[in-house]
Amino acid sequence: MKMVVGKGSCGIAAGANKVSAVAEEYIAQKGLNIPVTVTGCIGMCYLEPIVDVIDDNGEKTTYIKVTTDTIKEIIDAACEGKKAEKYIIDAEDKAILDKQTRIALRNCGIIDPENIEEYIAKGGYKAIEKCIKNMTQDEVIEEIKVSGLAGRGGAGFPTWFKWTAAKNAQGTKKYTICNADEGDPGAFMDRAVIEGDPHTLIEGMLIGAYAMGSDDGVVYVRAEYPLAIVRLENAIKQARDKGFLGKNIFGSHFSFDLRIKAGAGAFVCGEETALIASLEGERGMPRLKPPFPAQKGFWQKPSNINNVETYANVPWILAEGGDKFCAMGTENSKGTKVFALTGKIKKGGLVEIPMGAKVGDVIYGVGGGIKEGKAFKAVQMGGPSGGCVPAELIDTIIDYKSLAATGAIMGSGGMVVMDETTCMVDMARFFLDFTCKESCGKCIHCRIGTKRMLEILTRITEGEGKDGDIELLENLANQIKSSSLCGLGQTAPNPVLTTIRYFRNEYEDHIYNKKCTAKQCKPLISFEIDAEKCVGCTMCARNCPVNAITGKVKETHVIDKNICIKCGKCVTSCKFDAVKIN
Amino acid sequence: MSCNCNCAQLSFAELEKAGIDATLLEPIFEKYGKIEGSLITILQHAQDIYGYLPVALLNYIAIKTGIKPAKVLGVATFYAQFRLEPVGKYLIMLCQGTACHVNGSVDIETAICEELNIKEGETTPDGLFTLNNVACLGCCSLSPVMMINGETYGALTPAKAKEIIAGIKAKEVE
Repeated sequence: MKMVVGKGSCGIAAGANKVSAVAEEYIAQKGLNIPVTVTGCIGMCYLEPIVDVIDDNGEKTTYIKVTTDTIKEIIDAACEGKKAEKYIIDAEDKAILDKQTRIALRNCGIIDPENIEEYIAKGGYKAIEKCIKNMTQDEVIEEIKVSGLAGRGGAGFPTWFKWTAAKNAQGTKKYTICNADEGDPGAFMDRAVIEGDPHTLIEGMLIGAYAMGSDDGVVYVRAEYPLAIVRLENAIKQARDKGFLGKNIFGSHFSFDLRIKAGAGAFVCGEETALIASLEGERGMPRLKPPFPAQKGFWQKPSNINNVETYANVPWILAEGGDKFCAMGTENSKGTKVFALTGKIKKGGLVEIPMGAKVGDVIYGVGGGIKEGKAFKAVQMGGPSGGCVPAELIDTIIDYKSLAATGAIMGSGGMVVMDETTCMVDMARFFLDFTCKESCGKCIHCRIGTKRMLEILTRITEGEGKDGDIELLENLANQIKSSSLCGLGQTAPNPVLTTIRYFRNEYEDHIYNKKCTAKQCKPLISFEIDAEKCVGCTMCARNCPVNAITGKVKETHVIDKNICIKCGKCVTSCKFDAVKIN
Repeated sequence: MSCNCNCAQLSFAELEKAGIDATLLEPIFEKYGKIEGSLITILQHAQDIYGYLPVALLNYIAIKTGIKPAKVLGVATFYAQFRLEPVGKYLIMLCQGTACHVNGSVDIETAICEELNIKEGETTPDGLFTLNNVACLGCCSLSPVMMINGETYGALTPAKAKEIIAGIKAKEVE
């Protein structure tokens, strides 16, 4: 028997470290012999901490929301050959895994990411062995071409094309680079892959390096992901010890080694030329293309840059065949895609589904619908570079083209779900605030244009919107899109444009009627106590930080709007639902 | 050493006066000083050692690596990770990512500011807490989230955030 504790960053945040410490202590105290091991994120973050008990027959029982108390009950039950039924995952949640097709995440939450043997036992490093021993560089690239794999970082550029360009580039020194600078706020699939299955990334990069004739690799990881860096460092060391990294791999002439470079916090470094500048120790500012990195990249040498998820798919494609990957998906988008489902969703987490599913299937089928039974309003896809897909387009098919037609993008796979209480103007302002801060400052339209757009949006949310503001926003947006060098500027206005496209009435309400229907923009709302519901419990008055509420016990209370700072504490403290927001 | 004048000694003396022991950086220079493109790595290590990067230290790094001071400052101010001011004993990184925003991170910020009586980016007068907003900690399913000295706290409410901070305060008093 053994116990496996889910220790991705999300599991740890939910208390997995404490749970496993208690488990180990309890097991030792009872003189039992049950090993406690680690695994990465299975994707069901809303159920963390998750503990699997695997009995001697290999049967797995999954326990959810485990605490330092329940873990003892689970251990006690397991020792008696029983199950702690109360804490077992229910059938509905378990079915979420069955609704997915996991390729990039195939080992996440299953194997121990700190133990290379578990990856090998799952067929790991077999694909690179097959490439080196039985395939030429062109055959490897051909397999990737057959698969139809496209860049999972956002742009969706065909992977085989990039690899061919790097392979055909002049020069003997070539770099294989992995972009793990997952800066899109609301996406965390790269983190999950590195934390949960770092060897698949290493093997994917090895295969790419073999195909392109590169002997040197770098993984550029966000500094905000300390656990991912630790696990990847450990995995690289293990791979070196096993001879999968280093000189003459599998006795061939192919040599390749890998190192990690920690990023320092800049969204723009997700752009490949900015990433290269950052790798070289410079400010992460993009430059003009061409020359493309495949010709002149890191240290002016041919370089190929792919995203973590892209590389994670590669070993599977080589092992199972490109046609099997290609059989999934739609005409223009093949294979599967990982999505980070967050926001006002019941069952948030990571899901991997075949391309071609509908947006609604993900939100309702896998994600369980909207929290607290509220109405679905829109989903933001592609983060600050993407756009929103409104409720009426819930049947949109998930592939590169269909999403682009809505004004959103596939992006790296962030899906932030919004309900009726989300103000779309405020969302647009939020994204512009982000891109404005993250603009590197090189292109004038991006640097100053986003600032002006942010000012206009702020003005609108503060009730100071003017006639013509919407048109001004559109005009600025189009100028920024056409005059920016890199993807950051070219896509920064997208959240504004899509919210105007689908929620123009909300903008107009803010500007002309000084009204925020979602009741989020504080300058546009006011609080009032409903005399019929108020029982005079004094709760609101006691919680008000500025003493704006007056009233005697058992009498209706009144809010003085001149003093009220609209903090909303009266709303949350009232047990009788008597405080209304107008 | 990149130049023949005694600027390195002068700079070292200036740091010494400010109570910063620059010799701690020697192993870093030894390991990365000769590798081209290591400026960010050197700055990261320096920040790990000193907690922040005072301008005098940036000058010293410039002299020791032969990189122009303007460039060192340029890189240090470009990336969000680098701090030119000291931080408190507890660094609160409050996530303001999309998922956290949708789930009410603004109210969490208000609550923390209230509890500590500081604004975002400031440090409490007793030097215990610094509050910084960050873009995304990647724990979106547990939003709203904050990280205090590497430990993540999820599913926050304004009350829960205050409680966590009050807990740390109480521990410090002991």
